[in-house]
Amino acid sequence: MMSYEIIGITVLWIFLYGYLIVASVDFGAGFFAYYAKVTKQDHIINQLISRYLSPVWEVTNVFFVFFFVGIVGFFPDSAYYYGSALLVPGSIAIILLAIRGSFYAFENYGSKQSIVYTFLYGATGLLIPASLSVALTLSEGGFIVEKNGVVSLQYQELFTSPLSWSVVGLSIVSVLFISAVFLTFYASRAKDYPALNLVRKFALFWSTPSIIAALTTFIFLSQHNERHYQNMLDLWWMFGLSVAFFMAATWLLYLGKNYGLAFISVMLQYFFAFFGYGIGHYPYILDPFIRIYDGATHPSMGIALVAAFIGGLLLLIPSLILLIKLFLFDAEYVKGKK
Amino acid sequence: MELDTVLMSRLLTAMTLGFHIIFATLGVGIPLLISIAEFIGIKKKDPHYRMLARRWARGFVISVAVGVVTGTAIGLQLSLVWPNFMQVAGNVISLPLFMEVFAFFFEAIFLGIYLYTWDRFKNQYIHWLFSLPIIIGGGFSAVFITMVNAFMNTPEGFAVEDGAFTAVNPLAAMLNPATPTKVFHVLSSAYLTCAAILAAITAFMILKKKTSDYYKKALKLTLTLTFIFAVVTAIAGDSSAKFLAEHQPEKLAAAEWHFETEEGADLILFGWLNDAHEAIGEIRIPNFLSFLAYGDFNAEVTGLEEVPEEEWPPLWVHYMFDLMVSIGFLLPAIALLYFFLSKLKKRNEHNKGMLSLIVLSGPLAMLGIEFGWIYAEEGRQPWIIRGYMTVEEAATSSPHIGLMFFLFLALYIVLGTLSIVTLRKIFKDNPAEEELEKQYPSVKKGDES
Ligand code: HDD
Ligand code: HEM
Ligand code: HEM
Repeated sequence: MMSYEIIGITVLWIFLYGYLIVASVDFGAGFFAYYAKVTKQDHIINQLISRYLSPVWEVTNVFFVFFFVGIVGFFPDSAYYYGSALLVPGSIAIILLAIRGSFYAFENYGSKQSIVYTFLYGATGLLIPASLSVALTLSEGGFIVEKNGVVSLQYQELFTSPLSWSVVGLSIVSVLFISAVFLTFYASRAKDYPALNLVRKFALFWSTPSIIAALTTFIFLSQHNERHYQNMLDLWWMFGLSVAFFMAATWLLYLGKNYGLAFISVMLQYFFAFFGYGIGHYPYILDPFIRIYDGATHPSMGIALVAAFIGGLLLLIPSLILLIKLFLFDAEYVKGKK
Repeated sequence: MELDTVLMSRLLTAMTLGFHIIFATLGVGIPLLISIAEFIGIKKKDPHYRMLARRWARGFVISVAVGVVTGTAIGLQLSLVWPNFMQVAGNVISLPLFMEVFAFFFEAIFLGIYLYTWDRFKNQYIHWLFSLPIIIGGGFSAVFITMVNAFMNTPEGFAVEDGAFTAVNPLAAMLNPATPTKVFHVLSSAYLTCAAILAAITAFMILKKKTSDYYKKALKLTLTLTFIFAVVTAIAGDSSAKFLAEHQPEKLAAAEWHFETEEGADLILFGWLNDAHEAIGEIRIPNFLSFLAYGDFNAEVTGLEEVPEEEWPPLWVHYMFDLMVSIGFLLPAIALLYFFLSKLKKRNEHNKGMLSLIVLSGPLAMLGIEFGWIYAEEGRQPWIIRGYMTVEEAATSSPHIGLMFFLFLALYIVLGTLSIVTLRKIFKDNPAEEELEKQYPSVKKGDES
């Protein structure tokens, strides 16, 4: 029998992974839409992007809300430490998210297209992952200090740390890569060949930087948190699988076929890397302040949360399947005929 | 410095919640009205009502977008601004917060489906069915979040040992004494407000000389619903007051400037206080406070004297309470007047004065929501978890909170302005008459039906 703490962190990590994928698609698409507009290629891909994004953007946001409500629920101490330390970066991330979400609606439903909205939409798409990734960097320890009961963030250490910059770089590049591969798959389903050509080029372009950024982060992590790095080395097979799936995806993209499989490979690439990283982090949630066992909530609450989660899933999974069926796998809809 | 961060934390929270609640209220109530209109439209085979549903839904998208982003903001801010509160209360109250997310999730999925499948099904009832999960999702998110707020007022479901909360019982915390009346009142007032706002918009269009059957039907429907929900809201508000008298007497006493415990207490409306804590210039309704609190004109009502003075809520909440209650009586009165005029053969119920009153009732209803919340939250002062943790103990110690306040102020100004601009544009570029013709060519423009 797994303990509720482990179930809790596993569930949260799966949702964070889900957010990583769906949000990357969304964030990157915003950037590509802007890029296409500036380079006057928007007539080729923007129709495709908005057909996918319009029905699902709100769902994307809920993945994130789920994660942060869940982590405070399972590990209330994280509200105290992260909450105290992250007031400024957290507020900035909120503002960026707010601009992005609402401007998307203003532009799409407000009939007038504006280059300013598109720019903000594209720029926030890259800045949000960068600012959210700070939380992952902080969890490695060394950036948050507690003195006389006051928790504060060491801004100077954070801004001069090569680790934090490499994490920012990795998050941005990954967003662009994941998104481009997804759009390639979506364009191929829509049989929209001009768009397919363009987004496939994006995908191939961003593949190499994504793997380089991952390696750089790995190296800087080894200098910053030896324990975490050692744990990750013990999980070498997960990272090996991740690289293998990366190569499979790039190969398929290069060959120009089986884009669905290519996207699944990218998802698996990030799955193994993300879980390898997460398992290596164990037992800390925030090094050295919060550990999984002593930082967890009361057993009765933990069990109630797990029960609520199972009940929630029974409700959500059929609904999500319906959504995906109607908008992602309904060939007529994807082609723009509905 | 210490006090300043607390003050700024409170202001930031009040501002975010005060802004979010506008869109949250719309998010709870509008789906119900859309669904009712669509159902009538299908049932009566009347395209006017279906067009109504469509156009309301189109405006609703904008309010959802702002609701989602400000809701995300308040969700994160609870941890960022009140880390000590969340660390302690999170142990007891995270279950409803977590369940709220599922309610959103459910709502978000079906909203996406509903908005993009208007003409996709042959059987029109299938599309209508998709509105039900949206109503349920929105309603339940209000239920769960209100449970959290109820817990802050009458905390239950835990024991205290060495300053930490133990023996947690999440269900008892959710079903604390404040929950039933609060949930009832919050839901009914959200439905009331949305009906009143849609009535106001319709009346505004008619005032601008757009009298057509389409608008007249819309006005009649929305005003009928305003009246029904106003009555329900008053009943719910009355039970809230009875709850307060029993479980949180200092909040009711502060709202009523009721200092001494006495039998047959008078209800005090408006007025002001002199230095000796006596009301001046007030409207006094004899024995009515006892009736409001216990349903008995001679019952004994607890006064503020029984609470230490440093635990008194601010006495200005009196005005918030009075304004809310006044609005509670005005709204059904306006709706009644309209129906009264329409029964009189000689009178035109679409005259300027009547329509202006209806236009007014929309903003009034939203003000009722704001006054009600300010009363409820200020009336809990100085506590954040009543009896266990004060607001001062709960706030962040970060010195940057003041700066954050102004950042968010700027954000809300931009969001508020742009939502209004966008909404106006959506409906201006796309008048109902033209859209009716386009969607349902069989219907003629103008006054026929
Ligand atoms: C359109 C909005 C609206 C209207 C017309 C009314 N209320 Fe209200 N009231 C609310 C909107 C609201 C609210 C926003 O929903 C509050 C704030 C917190 C809460 O629980 O509900 C509230 C709180 C609230 C409370 C405090 C509950 C608590 O803190 O636990 C009381 C005693 C009343 N109301 C009583 C009334 C009465 C007697 C009304 C007479 C008709 C009335 N309200 C009309
Ligand atoms: C339903 C869940 C809610 C929760 C969990 C909640 C929580 C809080 C917290 C933590 C504070 C700061 C402490 C305090 O001053 O009391 C606060 C204050 C406040 N909240 Fe609420 N709130 C809720 C609902 C609302 C809503 C919907 C409004 C809408 C207007 C609101 C209005 C306010 C106001 C005006 C203050 C400031 C009080 C002050 O100045 O001290 N609250 N609330
Ligand atoms: C402390 C108080 C509150 C918190 C933490 C909170 C949190 C949130 C969050 C995170 C969202 C966005 C959900 C998404 O991503 O889809 C949201 C939206 C919403 N909130 Fe709040 N909220 C609070 C107060 C309230 C209150 C008092 C109500 C109702 C009376 C309410 C009703 C809603 C509704 C209906 C939405 C969805 C908007 C829509 O989709 O139409 N919230 N809230």
